[in-house]
Amino acid sequence: MKKILIWGGLAALLLLVAIGLNRAQQGQIGVGELAPDFTLTAFDGEEYRLADYKGKVVVVNFWASWCVTCKPEAWDLESAWRNYQGDVIFLGVDYVDTEKEAKAYLEETDVTYPNGPDKRTQISQAYRVDGVPETFIIDKSGKIAHVQIGPFSSFEEIINIIDPLYK
Amino acid sequence: MRKFITQILALFLSITFLSLTFPHVATAQDPTPSDDEVNAIAKQLYCPVCENIPLDACATQACTQWRGIIRDKLAEGWSEKEINQYFVDQYGDRVLAEPPPRGLNWLVYLVPPAAFLVGAYLLYKNFRTWRAANDEQDTGQEQDISSKTKPEIDEYVAKLEEELRNR
Repeated sequence: MKKILIWGGLAALLLLVAIGLNRAQQGQIGVGELAPDFTLTAFDGEEYRLADYKGKVVVVNFWASWCVTCKPEAWDLESAWRNYQGDVIFLGVDYVDTEKEAKAYLEETDVTYPNGPDKRTQISQAYRVDGVPETFIIDKSGKIAHVQIGPFSSFEEIINIIDPLYK
Repeated sequence: MRKFITQILALFLSITFLSLTFPHVATAQDPTPSDDEVNAIAKQLYCPVCENIPLDACATQACTQWRGIIRDKLAEGWSEKEINQYFVDQYGDRVLAEPPPRGLNWLVYLVPPAAFLVGAYLLYKNFRTWRAANDEQDTGQEQDISSKTKPEIDEYVAKLEEELRNR
């Protein structure tokens, strides 16, 4: 009985370690996978739920005010948002940041699409985000159509990816 | 005497007049928390972005901002517990140097002492086995000698002496 308990305990511990390692090795969420649903509470208090936008292309951008390469990309994303005039949804998720600096960043980059903090890093954990900037473009069926690790190089690059999904 | 009293009275009135007319130096109601006070809390938190670096030791811009938050909250009269909870609400449990004892986090507190106890028990058991085996061997050897007769021992001693002579 003692041996069963000891070996059983060891097996349970090994199983937990295996699960943890497996999760750590998974990497970012991939193209073709269903985009994890989330609710983003923007800095202005409005709530935005991903599931409400099924049937529309959604761009989910993870950024932070301390991220140097996020700033030039923010201008390009804002230009793209204005280009589509609400037909494509843009949501900005502020990753492990401080509210004061985040708001200053949004003002400086003149971003007008909804942005909010990632409370308890729940959204970034669901998308298995490793750092910023990372952008996930979700098609009309709710699946991940494009994963961008690092910043977009230009406004044109963003448009070229979104246009085939949107039309 | 009258002159002396008059002088004292004049001096007193002058001082009273001056103290009423000159502006007072305003003293701060809430003194700015010291670096030590800030670091005492920062030590209990980990940088949410950099791995395994306590907030008091992290030199990044983001960490400086987070320490700034601690300073602001302390100045507002927040307690240590409230500040820690604020960081957990923002960035999740992983920001704490000591994970809260709930859910799977219990493993962190239970597994190391359990592993130590199991190891100590196994060591003790093996030590007892080795000791028992050694004792048996010694007893066996003693019995081996004592079971021989005196003539046999003398023969053995004679052989040994011969060999030593021939060396």
